[in-house]
Amino acid sequence: MNLIQSITSKVPTLPLFATSESRQASGAAEVKTSTGTNTAPGTGKAENKMRMETHDLSVHYGSTMGVRNVSLPIYDKQVLALIGPSGCGKTTYLRALNRMHDLTRGARVTGSVMLDGKNIYDSEINPVIIRRRIGMVFQKPTPFPTMSIYDNVVAGLKLVGIRKRNVLDEVCERALKQAALFDEVKDRLNSPGSSLSGGQQQRLSIARALAVDPEVMLMDEPTSSLDPQSTNRIEDLIHELKKQVTIVIVTHNMQQAARVSDKTAFFYVGDLIEYGPTNSLFTKPKEKRTEEYITGQFG
Amino acid sequence: MKTLLQRNIRDRIMESLLVLSTIVVLLPLVIILVHVVINGISALNWDFFTQELGSPSRAMQGRPTGLVHTILGTVVIDFLALFLAVPIGMGAGIMLSEFPDHKLNPTLRIMNDTLNGMPAILKGLLAFVLIVKPMGTFSGLAGAVALAFVMIPIIARTTESALMSIPWSIREAGLAIGLPRWRVVLSTVMPAARFGLVTGTLIAFARAAGEAAPLLFTSFGNNYLPNHWLGMLLGPTDTLPQRLYSLAISPYSHWHSMGWAAAIVLLVFVIICFGTARYLTRKKT
Ligand SMILES: Nc1ncnc2c1ncn2[C@@H]1O[C@H](COP(=O)(O)OP(=O)(O)OP(=O)(O)O)[C@@H](O)[C@H]1O
Ligand SMILES: [Mg+2]
Repeated sequence: MNLIQSITSKVPTLPLFATSESRQASGAAEVKTSTGTNTAPGTGKAENKMRMETHDLSVHYGSTMGVRNVSLPIYDKQVLALIGPSGCGKTTYLRALNRMHDLTRGARVTGSVMLDGKNIYDSEINPVIIRRRIGMVFQKPTPFPTMSIYDNVVAGLKLVGIRKRNVLDEVCERALKQAALFDEVKDRLNSPGSSLSGGQQQRLSIARALAVDPEVMLMDEPTSSLDPQSTNRIEDLIHELKKQVTIVIVTHNMQQAARVSDKTAFFYVGDLIEYGPTNSLFTKPKEKRTEEYITGQFG
Repeated sequence: MKTLLQRNIRDRIMESLLVLSTIVVLLPLVIILVHVVINGISALNWDFFTQELGSPSRAMQGRPTGLVHTILGTVVIDFLALFLAVPIGMGAGIMLSEFPDHKLNPTLRIMNDTLNGMPAILKGLLAFVLIVKPMGTFSGLAGAVALAFVMIPIIARTTESALMSIPWSIREAGLAIGLPRWRVVLSTVMPAARFGLVTGTLIAFARAAGEAAPLLFTSFGNNYLPNHWLGMLLGPTDTLPQRLYSLAISPYSHWHSMGWAAAIVLLVFVIICFGTARYLTRKKT
């Protein structure tokens, strides 16, 4: 554990520990397509192996450039933070990691995104399976409008045919607890997801993403609409989740990046300017623009 | 101050012009309603809903006569048409809205617009060629197919716009938890658009229910109730719009008032459809 983390990180809360074990036992594990990740928890000492990697990844929207030639490693069971001023391409990069641009009209992705040594853009790869392994929480909360809180959380299981009530109940409770929402909604799981406040909806989106047990979790400013207390709990969750899941998080909050991440990448107008271990990037940035940004001189 | 007064007067004039044009729009509707009701209400009796029409002599001899076979035929044909049109129309609408990059999409759009603009009588001709000729007889089935051609482009268009009104982010959220495209459309987008989908379907239904032209040489018409309900599908069948037309051009005054009564039934039916559609649209917002 590096310097900044040891100062700023908090001890994970107990309920999260408890639930992280029950998730292994729960039927949700069936959804996983790869089993390579969950070997020997607690081998944190040696540098983790590379889980994902992008090579010369560029995304264009028609003639506008989103990101350009980004090459980055994403290490297993670590947190990578993407920082940079608004419009620099953080969301664009993140969406390329689970083929979310497939749906965007006019978006063109070049270069490669490797997951366990395979390019997820290869023609024989099924993007649906990729997205089940690589979950995503969006910048704006997006509850499914006609579904109850409960159905929102278990949508990823129920809609692919997992109907066992006790499995779904268990997953729902576990995911809501992880997302720090359970206590607020446990008495009204059947009311519509859209009846929640903005911050609650954001945590609902997080719970929904967690319910399918992704191996990699992409989080686009997950705490931007949350109050400090919920933000804390989401950061706790990230620490806890890191034991099993690889996380890429976009944040505008420098302190948050410092608190939660192992590696940080700084983007500026579509280019990756600097990448490195979080503590060294924040304490002795190599690039002038990185330094200006993290010390608040622009952006 | 003078300019304020002038503006006030201008406001008043504009307002009265708008009220006037509203009256001009509403007046024909009121005249039609009043006229239809005055002329038809006397024929709306028990016999009207329980007896078949029979030959003109029935009416002239004062024997009981009615339009039960017409009402039943209309219900059977209209619902069969709806049953045929909803899957096809919605399928096309889903295609137009959800798979805009599909290579068949431009063709589909052109075909749908063409079908939408095609005169209704040509849709009757189409059903005549497709169904009546091979079957060798006019039939309710052919009428239903013709009406389905009326409904399909309307349902496709309203489905497309209802689905488009649902934010794109919902679809992305569905994909992000590993759902296939079709599952996202069926389980998240369509439920969210349900009011719009039902409204569009009702509008298509009401439009088709009022059409006489496509039925003239498909379901053709029939003065009698068939012995078996299958007879409605496989043989000539009566429908309200087409019966209204043939009663109106008949030389018998009793039949004329029955025609007005048929118009009342048709109007009530259409008004219920549009009323429900409006109610659902309001509920949505
Ligand atoms: N769908 C799109 N079509 C066209 N251009 C887009 C689209 N999405 C993003 N862009 C452009 O790509 C660039 C990068 O946008 P992106 O959303 O990745 O920025 P960001 O770093 O996430 O910003 P923020 O911090 O404000 O969320 C911007 O110039 C943006 O205008
Ligand atoms: Mg963004």
